[in-house]
Amino acid sequence: MSEAVAPRLAAAPMPGRFAIFWRSFAENRGAVMGLGLMVVLVIVAALADLIAPHSPIEQYRAAFLAPPVWQEGGSWTFILGTDDVGRDILSRLIYGARLSLVIGLSVVALSLTTGTVLGLTAAFAGGVVDMFIMRVMDIILVFPSLLLAIVIVAILGPGMFNAMLAVAIVTLPGFTRLSRASALSELARDYVTATRSAGASTFRLMFDTVLPNCTAPLIVQASLGFSTAILDAAALGFLGLGAQPPTPEWGTMLAGALQYYQRAWWVLAFPGFAILLTVLAFNLFGDGLRDALDPKLKR
Amino acid sequence: MSTALMQATDLRRHYPVGGGLFGKKGLVKAVDGVSFTLREGETLAIVGESGCGKSTLARMATLLEPPTEGELAIDGHPTATASATARRDLRLSVQMVFQNPYGSLNPRKTVGAILQEPLAINNRGDGPAREAAARAMMRKVGLRDDQFTRYPHMFSGGQRQRIAIARALMLNPRVVVADEPVSALDVSIQAQVLNLMMDLQEEFRLAYLFISHDLSVVRHIARDVMVMYCGRPVEQGSKDTIFTDARHPYTRMLLAATPSVDPAHRKVTEVIKGELPSPLNPPPGCAFASRCPHSTDICTAERPALREVAGHGVACHHAEAIG
Amino acid sequence: MKLLEIRNLAVEFATSRGRFRAVDGVDLTLDAGEILCVVGESGSGKSVTMLALMGLIAWPGKVSADVMRFDGTDLLGLSPRQRRKLIGRDIAMVFQEPMTSLNPCYPVGWQIAEALRAHAAVPRAKVRDRVVELLDQVGIPAPASRMGAFPHQLSGGMNQRVMIAMAIACTPRLLIADEPTTALDVTIQKQILDLLIGLQRQHGMGLVLITHDMGVVAETAQRVQVMYAGQMVEEQGTDGLFATPRHPYTAALLDALPERAMGRPRLPTIPGMVPGIDDRPDGCLFNPRCRFTFDRCITTPPALASIGDARARCHTPLDGQGRPA
Repeated sequence: MSEAVAPRLAAAPMPGRFAIFWRSFAENRGAVMGLGLMVVLVIVAALADLIAPHSPIEQYRAAFLAPPVWQEGGSWTFILGTDDVGRDILSRLIYGARLSLVIGLSVVALSLTTGTVLGLTAAFAGGVVDMFIMRVMDIILVFPSLLLAIVIVAILGPGMFNAMLAVAIVTLPGFTRLSRASALSELARDYVTATRSAGASTFRLMFDTVLPNCTAPLIVQASLGFSTAILDAAALGFLGLGAQPPTPEWGTMLAGALQYYQRAWWVLAFPGFAILLTVLAFNLFGDGLRDALDPKLKR
Repeated sequence: MSTALMQATDLRRHYPVGGGLFGKKGLVKAVDGVSFTLREGETLAIVGESGCGKSTLARMATLLEPPTEGELAIDGHPTATASATARRDLRLSVQMVFQNPYGSLNPRKTVGAILQEPLAINNRGDGPAREAAARAMMRKVGLRDDQFTRYPHMFSGGQRQRIAIARALMLNPRVVVADEPVSALDVSIQAQVLNLMMDLQEEFRLAYLFISHDLSVVRHIARDVMVMYCGRPVEQGSKDTIFTDARHPYTRMLLAATPSVDPAHRKVTEVIKGELPSPLNPPPGCAFASRCPHSTDICTAERPALREVAGHGVACHHAEAIG
Repeated sequence: MKLLEIRNLAVEFATSRGRFRAVDGVDLTLDAGEILCVVGESGSGKSVTMLALMGLIAWPGKVSADVMRFDGTDLLGLSPRQRRKLIGRDIAMVFQEPMTSLNPCYPVGWQIAEALRAHAAVPRAKVRDRVVELLDQVGIPAPASRMGAFPHQLSGGMNQRVMIAMAIACTPRLLIADEPTTALDVTIQKQILDLLIGLQRQHGMGLVLITHDMGVVAETAQRVQVMYAGQMVEEQGTDGLFATPRHPYTAALLDALPERAMGRPRLPTIPGMVPGIDDRPDGCLFNPRCRFTFDRCITTPPALASIGDARARCHTPLDGQGRPA
């Protein structure tokens, strides 16, 4: 065994995994922009108590539908104006960011964990279990997602928690199918067989051996699922099935503002704009992530 | 005579295929009647082309798949009747080395973690003892100590194969099943890995079930050889008799087809024709008959049994006439 | 006139860690009707050399050469359009993976016909007959009925025959086969090699066979080039190469073959491995692994030296007894 590599052949240190990832991620300008927006959003949400000029639910009776500062009649007190009951829109948006992130995070966390467990179970168990899980997912996929979410909320009763649950159920099949597919392709590889013949339990194989190698597509799906969750939750809020007034949820804000769209455009425009920007940020970030993590797209 | 570590008696593995909604059900006999004895410190090579059943045989030998019929005994213990815990211990005494060094190591774990994993799974030793054992094994297979915390993607194919061999030996197995362990490697690296395997065999008295399609590698490393065709052994015996006095037309075709750097080999003019028949619904009689230059009526009618000719087993009706 | 003449070919890739010369200083000449084997381990640059010849090196690769001529035509000065006319008609290539080199969406007959149509090699009405004739020529049984078969319905060996039929469709004068049998079983490999050599003789083509298998080299080539780390290290006639290798790398490679180690308990090995992008040594690229390293080898890159009928990139080419001169 004297063939051990001679010291003068020692290779230079390879760049770490993260450095390689960052290099290809940073090439995508949109993705970096999305990441920047996300960071801003997180900071705003975290520091809402400090930066919001007003309470999100306090009604200023002196200023119903006050216009934004740059428009005639606007004032620096209410930079983006007030809504029909005199609440400061900027403050509501800032607190709404917190809500949206919480919604996105919990929905993704819920459907990611459940979906991964279901997908891995289906992949490992095979046969009837696999068939059962995947057919249930197919049934969920048959319905238009928003329609299904509405049905679920209608059964459970309106409210923010139920809306989140409904959106989580609707996004479940994506995670389940993805984790099943990548687990199946990993299962066919030799290192899994090697670990198995070392006596590893199925549980260990699932979560210690296979799952860490399936994370790349799941991370991408999660970041894209984040924006879907925010969008769907806003839609439910808009339909009056999600967060209830006076919670400063963006979708709910839109719903309340609908009748003023001719008189006071700002009540409608700013929450819509906030939703648009957030969804865009997560989508750009998710796309960038996919490009950076998917070896097939590398050159 | 050293002890028999693995004894296979008439192993068979059949897979039902097709069916579906409209299709006809079929039966693929991936392995159909294989017997062998593998002793301590010896190497039995399984030779054959793709689809001959050698990989299925490897999966049965590592107890990853039960045989449909037949009996496999490890160290004298029959595996079929063993209790669950005894089976588990038997399984641990057979470890595997794979063909593709790029797929056989978990890309998310360091070399150190990969080597310690078998010990951790089986609760052998404590943390420091496992690490010491892993480091010792690394040195044995010719890797440097500072490579302990590196990930598989930082290694070349040959180094990865060393890691895979080290991992297989962590549980002190008696038998190592090596499925084409050097065929993905370059010639110069292949020689390093073959030497390593032979060194380790001497040191640990390992028995190798060495699966390969490369006859020159087999000739170098093996003591006994089994040539398989369509799931059945067609010629089986000691390396010396098979390489010098092959009696089965398929073995002879393989020998003739293997390119050689020896100018004398270029004079061989064995007819090489045809391809492997479909494993589904194989013809009655000898599976090789359609490609065989010596084929007669009896070959398509009656399946030849493995019988003793020229000092080794041959499954051919015309074995005496050939050679 | 030489059919193919390449002098001082270099292929460079711009990587994130600087420029990397995948191929450096490769000369390649071939007469019509000659079989040349290019042999080397993975990463030796043998495939990149051929891709450069075919003009298939994509950005960020850069090809340069002093001379690159095919049958008197300067390949470097060709427009992409002229090059496309030449490639596929006069120069054809067969790849390693027959399964992935064929388009799975179309029947094999159609794919061969496409090659014929692209170069208008035969009148439209005759295309079908020509395809059947080609399939028959490459030894596919019942060619007329196999025309409609899809690649997944054929075995690896049959698909490689189809690839060869496609390559010879326009009767090229130069055929490049890049590891054409590596993915195939031994008995099929033998059939495919026999087919290639048969076709080469029949049509008087030049054949460049790229392989890593010394056995294949010994049984097919007339002349051999050995590549190591992007450089051609030795060139010699086949019999000479196997009898008296001149470069220490070639000698070590032959010694490492199990076939040559009959009766010896252990194989002679080459320590270490092929240098990658980051660890190119100074001087001779083989010096860290060489049995006979002198001071000069570590400081000065050797040029190609002639010794007997051979050329070797070594300061001290081996003599007939395997000792440095």
